[in-house]
Amino acid sequence: MADGTITIDGQTVPFTEGQTIMQAAEAAGVYIAHLCHHPEFRPHGSCKLCTVKAGGRHVAACTAPASDGLEVENESEELAAGRRALLQLLFVEGNHYCPFCERSGNCQLQALAYRYGMVEPHFPHFYPQREVDASHPDVVLERNRCILCALCVRASRDVDGKHVFDIVGRGIHARLAVNSASGRLADTDLAPGDRALEVCPVGAIIVRGRGFAVPIGERLYDHRPINEIGNRVPESEQ
Amino acid sequence: MSKIRIATTSLAGCFGCHMSILDIDEKLFDLAAVAEFDRSPITDIKQCGPCDIGIVEGGVCNAENVEVLREFRRHCKVLIACGACAITGGIPALRNGVPLVECMAEAYLDGIGTENPSRTVPNDPELPLLLNRVHPIQEVVRIDHFLPGCPPPAEAIWQAISDLLAGREPTLSYTQLHYD
Ligand code: SF4
Ligand code: FES
Repeated sequence: MADGTITIDGQTVPFTEGQTIMQAAEAAGVYIAHLCHHPEFRPHGSCKLCTVKAGGRHVAACTAPASDGLEVENESEELAAGRRALLQLLFVEGNHYCPFCERSGNCQLQALAYRYGMVEPHFPHFYPQREVDASHPDVVLERNRCILCALCVRASRDVDGKHVFDIVGRGIHARLAVNSASGRLADTDLAPGDRALEVCPVGAIIVRGRGFAVPIGERLYDHRPINEIGNRVPESEQ
Repeated sequence: MSKIRIATTSLAGCFGCHMSILDIDEKLFDLAAVAEFDRSPITDIKQCGPCDIGIVEGGVCNAENVEVLREFRRHCKVLIACGACAITGGIPALRNGVPLVECMAEAYLDGIGTENPSRTVPNDPELPLLLNRVHPIQEVVRIDHFLPGCPPPAEAIWQAISDLLAGREPTLSYTQLHYD
């Protein structure tokens, strides 16, 4: 497939051979909602927040290739409603207590929920029982907040070369596992400065001692929506 | 024109949302000009009568919460879930991962600093029975509007009330919508 152009909500966007719809959109500065996608890593295609309508069909923008003349619908009422429902499912599936989460205001899950006007979770809360791993001197793994995006898995494996994390189990039993004989973070070679510590879109991987460096109310997404500033990790957390 | 009636209550909450209601400050005068409070910690009326707006803080953690919530739903034309605990269960719902028996033992028998020579857990028939789990209020009754936040900012509360007074659907702006 050669280079060409697609349209996103009527706007012409060029792409180069091999790019996905998401990559073409990012290069053109068009925001498509996403959580498990990160420009530096191979696509995972799991969260489905990036669902767009391309040529009349629902596809994940982070995995679907751009093809010449493709008409993509991104910000329609219908897609917004679908994204809101996905966000609500993510919220009730975990234990997301924004009022005392260190990442509140910098959290991409929360920011997308603000963006799509989610005022309530709609579905019954699942209140799962998940383990917190506080064994590591520098890092806490708060699985209650994990959305299984596998960004830490990819960063640790592909950039840090350590393979500290992986997702095990299927469906409702899927969980983030730590790759050591004991299953504890303290027994891995995870260390400050690892890329895996800077990619979590929610508050599941917390580096100790800096959670409240910037007060609530002055954080990334407190005043401006995520479609304007993008999925970012604030400087205070890098 | 007769005044509209507003009822408010705190279920499994910390009264922080009620503090935020009071934080609308001088707007309370505007409100008092057009509205009267029915059952509310502000009036100390114990039973809710027919009301236009009900504002509920806190989730549902015991049998009395369920009864009060149903009373509010019966009497209020419009019911607002106010704050994180009402909408998600909030901090009280942290106990949902721990069996009730263990919670009680920790609180009354074995917790650090607990002094309880009789080694009994309070069990008076007057005490409302705890539910096994804390629930958001929309899992128990139908809710018309939601004001997230811990607590919702006073501006958001005033926005919702003034929208309703003007006959509009309450809508929060980006900075009024917060979960923390
Ligand atoms: S810990 Fe964070 S980065 Fe890792 S899978 Fe969970 S949500 Fe994704
Ligand atoms: S961003 Fe495409 S599926 Fe998650």
